[in-house]
Amino acid sequence: MSAATTTMTREVPPKSGLRAFVDKLKGGDEIAHLITLTAAAGIILITSLLVLELWRTSQLSRAKFGWMFFWTKVWDANFDNFGAAPFIYGTLVTSAVALAIAVPLGLASAIFLSELAPRRLSDIVSFLIDLLAAVPSVIYGLLGIFIVVPLMRTTLGPALKKVLGFTPLFAGPNYGVGFLTAGIVLAIMVVPFIISVSREVLLSVPREQREAALAMGATRWEATWQVVVPWARTGIMGSVFLALARALGETMAVTMVIGNNPQISASLFAPGYTIASVIANEFTEATGDLYLSALIELGLVLFLMTFILNGLARILIVATERGGGRPA
Amino acid sequence: MNMKKTFVVVSLLLGMAALAAAQGGQVLLNAAGATFPYPIYSKWFDVYHTAHPNVQINYQSIGSGGGIRQLQAGTVDFGASDGPMSDEQLTASKFKILHFPTVLGADVPSYNISGVSGELNFTEKALAGIFLGTITKWNDPEITKANPGVNLPSADIVVIHRSDGSGTTYIWTDFLSKASDDWKNKVGKGTSVNWPVGLGGKGNEGVSGLVKQTPNSIGYIELVYAAQNGIAFGKVQNAAGKFIKADLASVTAAAAGAAKDMPADFRVSITNAPGAAAYPVSSFTWLLIPARIQDPAKRDAIKDFLKWMLTEGQKYNEGLTYAQLPKPVIEKELTAIALIQ
Repeated sequence: MSAATTTMTREVPPKSGLRAFVDKLKGGDEIAHLITLTAAAGIILITSLLVLELWRTSQLSRAKFGWMFFWTKVWDANFDNFGAAPFIYGTLVTSAVALAIAVPLGLASAIFLSELAPRRLSDIVSFLIDLLAAVPSVIYGLLGIFIVVPLMRTTLGPALKKVLGFTPLFAGPNYGVGFLTAGIVLAIMVVPFIISVSREVLLSVPREQREAALAMGATRWEATWQVVVPWARTGIMGSVFLALARALGETMAVTMVIGNNPQISASLFAPGYTIASVIANEFTEATGDLYLSALIELGLVLFLMTFILNGLARILIVATERGGGRPA
Repeated sequence: MNMKKTFVVVSLLLGMAALAAAQGGQVLLNAAGATFPYPIYSKWFDVYHTAHPNVQINYQSIGSGGGIRQLQAGTVDFGASDGPMSDEQLTASKFKILHFPTVLGADVPSYNISGVSGELNFTEKALAGIFLGTITKWNDPEITKANPGVNLPSADIVVIHRSDGSGTTYIWTDFLSKASDDWKNKVGKGTSVNWPVGLGGKGNEGVSGLVKQTPNSIGYIELVYAAQNGIAFGKVQNAAGKFIKADLASVTAAAAGAAKDMPADFRVSITNAPGAAAYPVSSFTWLLIPARIQDPAKRDAIKDFLKWMLTEGQKYNEGLTYAQLPKPVIEKELTAIALIQ
């Protein structure tokens, strides 16, 4: 390509600056370079502006509460006392519950769709799953209110209490709304991401890998679980972290089923609150300057949490890759 | 190069068109604020625009807090709020802001108790105790003594409140602050407070949905919402000791009771208002208008709209289940319009 360009410029007489630039663009490479560079720079610019703006507008709250903001458990607009602890706790717990349910479920479905199901069925089902990912979150919230909450109060909750009631995780009154219900609704919301991405990754594992394993005398399941899945694990982990990011930032569906009570409780039946929900709930009517500033600082905290968790994810991926593609 | 020229020409043309429209007597007013009166406001602005095609009012129902902030920042021509602005907020503003009551709203207690279908009576002490978490059982003497003949269970009370900041919460907590010193000192009043107990639901629909689903629960919802959705609710004891069911008449009665000692700036709480027929959990909602408006066209439009809203406009209230302003308040407001300059 570069050889062709040089011969072309040699034959054509020199042109004025603008003309030369336009001709250069005709090559395509420069245009692509320029467009992708602008896009990448734009993303970095937007992210840094976002952080800068969050940092600037949370100044009042940061100055007043300092590091205490992270472990104060009170959120009281009337007495100007704000702390993020219950919201950080709620965000982490609901996301953890969501992943604990969604990862096994999503991975199992992805394995079935990519390895076991007939290709046609697999394509139809994954098309439907991709549609699920596009459903607005308020719809999932309604699903939560009308199906998951009553189910939790009348059937699932009492059953869990009967079997696991001796642990602090399932103690205390069960209102139907709370950490567990929010986690379940989040799991339903994020599972399509895990299935969709993991299936693609599993399908992209070379046929030879499977054939080699089978030729060595492995059963179909052994070939899948000990060869195909480890081969694809970086991509599978990517899907999990995509799901986690969605769970951390989800607002509408969570606020409809979590009970919106800023408290830290070991019981998964207890009502709680997440960072994204409290911002959505209180931002419009936040009249005091400090109040608004504290809400914005919560936004900054959520950004920081996402940043840290993503960083950990990267480290995890790098670490497992170092381990090589050997079967687990 | 040609592209650039075209762009310049087009934008010039657009600019001229906009100028021409402005000189044609078109007045565009931007407003923002409370969500509770949004249905009646949008009706008013629409009817007023049909009668006065040259005046267009855009209203963003972003919440009272946002309305106050945008007004102070000068990004809207007027604001709207469910709670009156505080003294600190008024002194912090760069310009003088006037309050004009527009319609009345009220909160009602809605409950779901196993085996109880009738209307319950609530004393102010009972409501304060329930929401403070000091009254925890439905058969507490403070509740049973107001409801002779009703067989209340000894079940735990589940309190449901709003999770989003809201004028509805402002009215409810204002009432509870007057009902109980404990509430006033520990929790206070506001659009969102630090609730001692309970679950939060988003919006009236969230609260009423949770009440409907949760056995032995109680929550508060807006009268308009309860009326429009046929939700049953209880009576509340007023300052005269009578148990009153909220309706348009009893809410207007509360405003009339408070009208006698209405302050000149209209910033008044009418919860627990005097009068035998007054419903105690009622409140005005306000338009916030700058006292000085530079643009004469905008000033005239706003003054004319206020006059229309206080006379013609009030007729549309009851169709949308908002209580009308009492006559003495309307008269007082009509004279106050002259303060806008």
